[in-house]
Amino acid sequence: MRKVLIAAAIILLNSACKFNGDKKKLPIYGNRQTVTKTANGQTVTDTVYQTIPAFKFTNQYGDSISNKTLDGYIYVADFFFTTCPSICPVMHRNMLDVYNTFKNTPNFKIISHTIDPQHDSVPLLKKYADKLGVTGNTWWFVQGKKEDTYKLSESYLVRPPQEDAKQGFIHDGSFLLIDKQKRVRGAYDGTDPKQVSKLIDDIKILLADPEQAAKK
Amino acid sequence: MKLSIIIGLLLSGIVLIVSCQSDDQLEYARYYSTGRVLYQSKCQNCHGKNGEGLQSLIPPLTDSVYLKRNKELLACSVKYGLKGKLNIAQKYFDGQMPASDITGVELAEVLTYINNSFGNKLGVVTTQMVNEGLNKCN
Repeated sequence: MRKVLIAAAIILLNSACKFNGDKKKLPIYGNRQTVTKTANGQTVTDTVYQTIPAFKFTNQYGDSISNKTLDGYIYVADFFFTTCPSICPVMHRNMLDVYNTFKNTPNFKIISHTIDPQHDSVPLLKKYADKLGVTGNTWWFVQGKKEDTYKLSESYLVRPPQEDAKQGFIHDGSFLLIDKQKRVRGAYDGTDPKQVSKLIDDIKILLADPEQAAKK
Repeated sequence: MKLSIIIGLLLSGIVLIVSCQSDDQLEYARYYSTGRVLYQSKCQNCHGKNGEGLQSLIPPLTDSVYLKRNKELLACSVKYGLKGKLNIAQKYFDGQMPASDITGVELAEVLTYINNSFGNKLGVVTTQMVNEGLNKCN
């Protein structure tokens, strides 16, 4: 009887390990449409997911950054401004954890959009990056036309920024995880260290996803 | 019977301990705990849970030497904000701290908390000290 129990336990443990070994898949967020096409005489139904539209900004080095620059990259996006007195320091204290974990990972980037481009010029963004201890090309701080940034924030499923007399701007503290197909795969509260460590775990899952590894 | 003796002894023990705390200690404890709540709501976003600051952007509050040397100016800095070059914890900072709506006794409370947390042990900051400091603000 005892031997049977031990054997059962071993089998159970083994299968539990196998279950854990299965690669988890991240959900895909946003609107989706099903498109029915006829190809080679067969009717095929395909799901079309919401994606991040084309954009063009300038990073802290003065380089032009567009949606094309990010082809082949998994990236995390957020919205901030350098003189933000409220949530931004917390967000970027937490984002530093993401940066430090993945700064040597190819195919990965962080894009922080300033929502105050009038103040946050390219040299100022460079100064901010330097002070934050960010070097190289893993984490870009980008600026462009204010309307473009505000409009783009909507496609990241973020509450668009609002101008406020007291705080300057009220904005959403989310970190968004975007895959190589430019689909939103996760949204995290950038002010909460627990959610940011979930983001770090999810980036690892997404990097290991065969569908992502195959996509150039 | 036995139980009531034990309870009686315990109670008298508590009374002894409480009465042994001087008024200063009580004032310190009260300032410190209210100061912590103020710190969490008004300072922590930038200066961090452990007063660690943020890289070279936001100075840490762990430099006891700086805090001690600038004891009188701290109330001014918290109330009216701070701008310009600072040398804190062997690092240079050149940012801007916004003014706050912390006033009166709250300044004493939050400064008592900061001066006695994050490795600092600089004692109570009283409202009298705060008021004297505020008279010397630039």
